[in-house]
Amino acid sequence: MKRLKSAAELEELQARILSRRDPNRTCVVTSVGTCGLARGAEDVAQAISKTLSDLGLKDSIDVKTTGCQGFCEIEPVVVIYPERILYQQVTPADIPEVISESVIKNEVIERLLYSDPSTGQKIIHEQDIPFYTKQNRLLLDNNRLIDPHKIDDYLALGGYSTLAKALFEMVPEQVLEEVKKANLRGRGGGGFPTARKWESCRNAPSSDGVRYVICNADEGDPGAYMDRSLLEGNPHSVIEGMVIGAYAIGSHYGYVYVRHEYPLALKNLIIALEQAREYGLLGENILGSGFDFDIKISRGGGAFICGESTALMASLEGKIGEPRPKHIHTVVSGLNGKPTNLNNVETWANVPLIINKGADWYSQIGTEESKGTKIFSLVGKINNTGLVEVPMGITLREIIYDIGGGIPDGKKFKAVQTGGPSGGCIPESLLDLPVDFERLVQAGSMMGSGGMIVADEDTCMVDVAKYFVKFLTEESCGKCVPCREGLDRMLDILTDITEGQGKEGDIELLEELGGVIKETSLCALGSTAPNPVLSTIRYFRDEYEAHIKEKRCPAGVCKALITFTIDEEKCPGCQRCIKVCPQMAISGEKKKPHIIDQEKCIKCGLCRDICKFEAIIVS
Amino acid sequence: MVELTIDGIKTRVLEGTTVLEAAGEMGIVIPTLCYHPGLSAYGACRICIVEVVNGNSSSLEASCTLPVAEGQVILTNSAKVIKARKVIIELLIASCPNSKTLQDMAAEMGVNKIRFKIKDKDCILCGLCVRYCKEQMQSGGIGFIGRGTSRRVATAFGVTPEECRNCGGCEWICPVRERACMTDDLVNGLCGRCQNLVPVETCPVCTRCSESVGAHGHKVY
Repeated sequence: MKRLKSAAELEELQARILSRRDPNRTCVVTSVGTCGLARGAEDVAQAISKTLSDLGLKDSIDVKTTGCQGFCEIEPVVVIYPERILYQQVTPADIPEVISESVIKNEVIERLLYSDPSTGQKIIHEQDIPFYTKQNRLLLDNNRLIDPHKIDDYLALGGYSTLAKALFEMVPEQVLEEVKKANLRGRGGGGFPTARKWESCRNAPSSDGVRYVICNADEGDPGAYMDRSLLEGNPHSVIEGMVIGAYAIGSHYGYVYVRHEYPLALKNLIIALEQAREYGLLGENILGSGFDFDIKISRGGGAFICGESTALMASLEGKIGEPRPKHIHTVVSGLNGKPTNLNNVETWANVPLIINKGADWYSQIGTEESKGTKIFSLVGKINNTGLVEVPMGITLREIIYDIGGGIPDGKKFKAVQTGGPSGGCIPESLLDLPVDFERLVQAGSMMGSGGMIVADEDTCMVDVAKYFVKFLTEESCGKCVPCREGLDRMLDILTDITEGQGKEGDIELLEELGGVIKETSLCALGSTAPNPVLSTIRYFRDEYEAHIKEKRCPAGVCKALITFTIDEEKCPGCQRCIKVCPQMAISGEKKKPHIIDQEKCIKCGLCRDICKFEAIIVS
Repeated sequence: MVELTIDGIKTRVLEGTTVLEAAGEMGIVIPTLCYHPGLSAYGACRICIVEVVNGNSSSLEASCTLPVAEGQVILTNSAKVIKARKVIIELLIASCPNSKTLQDMAAEMGVNKIRFKIKDKDCILCGLCVRYCKEQMQSGGIGFIGRGTSRRVATAFGVTPEECRNCGGCEWICPVRERACMTDDLVNGLCGRCQNLVPVETCPVCTRCSESVGAHGHKVY
């Protein structure tokens, strides 16, 4: 690769790449993000290459592997360009047929098509799938066009032109002004205005002029993987955003702090950084502009708390990853005591968009206070599990029903948990709530980094609260007393309640304790940690009361409070439950109703799952 | 100089002073556990919280790490502060029921009932020993390991490190006098002088409730 020395050379290179590419050429694309890999996409991609070379079509048909395209539910996905015919849940065994029938003969294979769960209609083209049509994929859409190992794919889409624009046509103040006008707010959860942070960092005194720029890729929320997907699928968008940001701030040193648990994101990022450096898009004298900036990678050791800015910086310095009070902001004194600007992966990825298309365009999207789009990872009891990118201000109902396709098996929606482990649970009555930073906080939850976990009627909200508090108890750094001890005591009380040991006054004690933890904890982890408990008490108090007063779990989840019995009238005596019971707790003759021995029963629920006659009663 | 108001009284202190120090200069006592004037402020125990009034709203901040600011309005003993402080001491006693310091502090605050499950720990993880070792002895022989409820003070790999000079400073500075409890093997542990570790025979929690002192096997300190 030749080092680019000017914006004109970049343009030339982009034109050269494009001239070598024919948009109408057939290309078979497999998405091999982490979720695709987990479902065997690697084998599918290999089968495609092998089949094509066996058939001698290697030179006439292109093959591409991309990062995650967001629709995890239907992985592994194979899309045939230019028409974008999408095949879902493809196995290597399907590939010969896909190639011979669909790629060569141009015939659609019905059985591999996606069918819309609400209408049952088969959909041929990727762009017609409701999951995609209702989104506004400003950041994620390019994932489908980019092989993250090839910088040329990003350049072909006009990548790094925005950087050239910023470096050659704008002074740093103009870049700052544009981001300020766009009203971009931090996507890591806090929603702090990005430009204000940049400005403070730029203006903070630094004795030797050193300023740091950090990308926070320590995404640790259970069930959330927006940042992973961006880093895996389109790492250059993040890098470009960081270079532009560094230019605006006047920084020459950057870090990406990425979780060790994201090996693919790490690998793709390393490759992307190397390629950007080779082209002179990173390092000294970027594009001949005289601006120097380089990025180092630091791997997290698996502590959730290191996603908190001060803990992250402590970890980067080689110290224990624990937060410090933020009376002196990190933009004034952060990493190594120097002014440090930290933004989340998604925030950085937004920057090139804003500079490229302008603040006026960007600020048309979203609500008054929250602009742009937000990526959510929609998981839990939902038909279309995956990453959704939606404009701010969209309602929860639209996300869950129109994009998410509603709740599986015709069950009833109960709540949606937003904002990660320290977010809150939002009930059905608030489904028409427009999603933006302020509204979610008013509802007792928060935007967080974008986790969205859907619960159906079979979910016990006390159990949900207990799960998140347990997570936070383990992931609290343990430095300050309210968070370490308070959460642990909260867990004790919740455990008692779910085990039938709850007593009068427990709810009030939880509320009191939650309030104190919120107010007195050192960092944002502690001050938001009681949210799952407080919000479930706020909206589902009756469930807590049923556990405490009636010793009953309405959703039939808490094992100590439920019993499994067999409905004699419904049981035809098929003996399926007898075979599946790990405790041998079920007995009975063929064609006669069976009985569960309560002493042996461990309430695992296997009998209920296997019974075709709904004869297992949980009470 | 910075002017601020603490408990309704205006004061002027040097810039860079903490609210805890400023209050101390005025003779206002704020209880502390993890604070020591000779060591860096840590802000872990949260006992020293004060209310920072900002117009109609207010927040609670640990005064040991809170720098003074021009026009700041601080309440050290408001209802909000007392309520939160009581819960924090209750949490600490529930975790380390045998500490006399904690019991004294609780009694002072009028806490005489623990509503939480009683645990049997004896270190409040204030980090004074760790900071003393590092900052005053330039040793760094002990540190925190683990996180969340698994966090504890320990030496690397559980053996006496070369850096340890047996100065006993960690034991001396421990506000709840239980530093060495965390070491399994005291002789090979830190200093081996564990005279402060004589077990106290009391009921699980002593809050010095006046009516029962001396009775039912209570130990009078």
